[in-house]
Amino acid sequence: MSTGEKFAQMFIAIALFFVVVAVILLLTQRMRSRTGEVVQAAAFVLPAVALILLGLLYPAVTSIYQSLFDQTGSNFIGLDNYKTVFTDSEQLTVLRNTAAWVILVPLFSTAIGLIYAVLVDRSRFEKFARALIFLPMAISLVGASIIWKFVYDYKDSSQTQIGIANAVLKGLGLDTYKFILNDPWNTLFLIIVLIWVQTGFAMTILSASIKAIPDDIVEAARLDGVGGVKMFRYITIPSIRPALIVVLTTICITTLKAFDIVRTMTGGNFNTSVLSYQFYREYFISTNQGLATAIATVIFLLVMPIVVYNVRQMRKLEAR
Amino acid sequence: MTATNPDVAELGAQGAAPGPEPVSTSARKALSSPWASLAAIVIAVVWTIPTLGLFITSFRPESDITSSGWWTFFTNPTVTWSNYDEVLHGSDTNLVTYFVNSLVITIPAVIIPISLATLAAYAFVWMKFPGRDFLFVAIFALQIVPIQVTLIPLLKLYVHPPLNLVPLAGPDAPGGGFYTLWLSHTIFALPLAIYLLHNFMSQIPGELIESARVDGAGHVQIFTRIMLPLMAPAIAAFGILQFLWVWNDLLVAITFGGPNTFPLTARLAELSGTRGSDWFLLSAGAFVALVVPLIVFVSLQRYFVRGLLAGSVKG
Repeated sequence: MSTGEKFAQMFIAIALFFVVVAVILLLTQRMRSRTGEVVQAAAFVLPAVALILLGLLYPAVTSIYQSLFDQTGSNFIGLDNYKTVFTDSEQLTVLRNTAAWVILVPLFSTAIGLIYAVLVDRSRFEKFARALIFLPMAISLVGASIIWKFVYDYKDSSQTQIGIANAVLKGLGLDTYKFILNDPWNTLFLIIVLIWVQTGFAMTILSASIKAIPDDIVEAARLDGVGGVKMFRYITIPSIRPALIVVLTTICITTLKAFDIVRTMTGGNFNTSVLSYQFYREYFISTNQGLATAIATVIFLLVMPIVVYNVRQMRKLEAR
Repeated sequence: MTATNPDVAELGAQGAAPGPEPVSTSARKALSSPWASLAAIVIAVVWTIPTLGLFITSFRPESDITSSGWWTFFTNPTVTWSNYDEVLHGSDTNLVTYFVNSLVITIPAVIIPISLATLAAYAFVWMKFPGRDFLFVAIFALQIVPIQVTLIPLLKLYVHPPLNLVPLAGPDAPGGGFYTLWLSHTIFALPLAIYLLHNFMSQIPGELIESARVDGAGHVQIFTRIMLPLMAPAIAAFGILQFLWVWNDLLVAITFGGPNTFPLTARLAELSGTRGSDWFLLSAGAFVALVVPLIVFVSLQRYFVRGLLAGSVKG
């Protein structure tokens, strides 16, 4: 398709959408009776509800059901796929890696984001300083992966280095290192990419809640001789606790679902795969539908309690 | 949330607290302050260098990139646009095509879910109908579904739709295969969009709606004349979030789309696999993909931060 045709298709789709919505609204707007209100409400709500039922609820239920079948989806095998997820040696590596991601990314992004937010708080360059850390949030995970792949670029110690990480190693007189290939530490270097992205998010949210700490509390503590690290430990941290929890859990959820970094940087090779990528690999590369849906279900089960907890904390945060 | 007391900010900037200060505090401050600044600078530099390195690389000639580190640029600056020319128009990469795809995918995938969600949110807040609360809670709860769980059955639904409907995926797909992407992004955006807009909308005073009703205005009129203008900031906040989300998405694009509908992210991921060491292409390509979200982000940051917290749970 040419560029013109693509844009034409786009405008057709948008126009079609608005015409359909307008017709529905015009047909129902004259009704004023009691049943009229219900019909009108249906016109407002049903398009969205129908899409959610068809595109979210039905597929989710089907997926969970299909996870009980074999790879072609024709023979019922009970919980065998789940047994594979939790016993097969390749899948165990995936679980190990996923655990490393889910623990390290939230912890480090939040810690660094918090420290940075405190350090630059009320400084002269605060806006600019925050923008620097925040910038990676606008970059796609694919873009971030390419940026870091270049940082990790490997050349033999005897050659000129073009990746900055190995250039630093060489400058220190050490041998260059295959950051992306050497198992198991390569997972750690992939994790750094997501930490780099998520720190900006942590910083922004925490910075806002640090600014929301009432001045009289800070002032009272200061008059009592509390300062520096103690202020941070006894005043700042307790005051922003709900925000901290929300940030930690939110990054946890993002980490569990992110598959772009692993796919772009290693393609899941060299023992770096995680659940969200393994799902993709099992279905689209190994065409094992049963195992793929089982992995998706495991992601679902892992995400669910965190989301519930996260939402409850967020409501608390908003209520304040 | 981001409101700051200007007086305090100013005082803090001068590095002095009002009134007499205990000696111990000021001593500690004197000690820790330079270290604090140093730590902040180190973090800022470490966070910036990766992007800066690739950015500089994207302007260096290919021969320079492979023979020396990007940091030598400062002593030997040679600038060229040829990497961008090659990556945008070169027959092998041709990113202009994928840039167009990204735009064509993203624009409807932002407009359509927001329109549907605003309508639904209006009904959930201001209309009475049986099962309203149950339905809203159900939609709210569906936010917990990670999209991975929905992908395979949804793909099957697109390829083999029931009731002899036209398949939305495959060689004869209508609209060049873009409908699956528009539809999927719309579906995945709806629960969060409805929830967020519902929250914003329920803060609008009910008397406004009541008096309009008394004056004989129907729901459609109230929605278009009163609600939409009042909701503009909320719609903008969610719109930016959804824009960045769709533009930067990879999973939906490669699951439901084909090579003809690949957005920039999918093409870049592909290039990273097939031409992984051609840094003159990858560096320029990464910045082609980056420029639009960056502009959106920098110019509309205010709205973005507002929607950020709620939005990052999505997907």
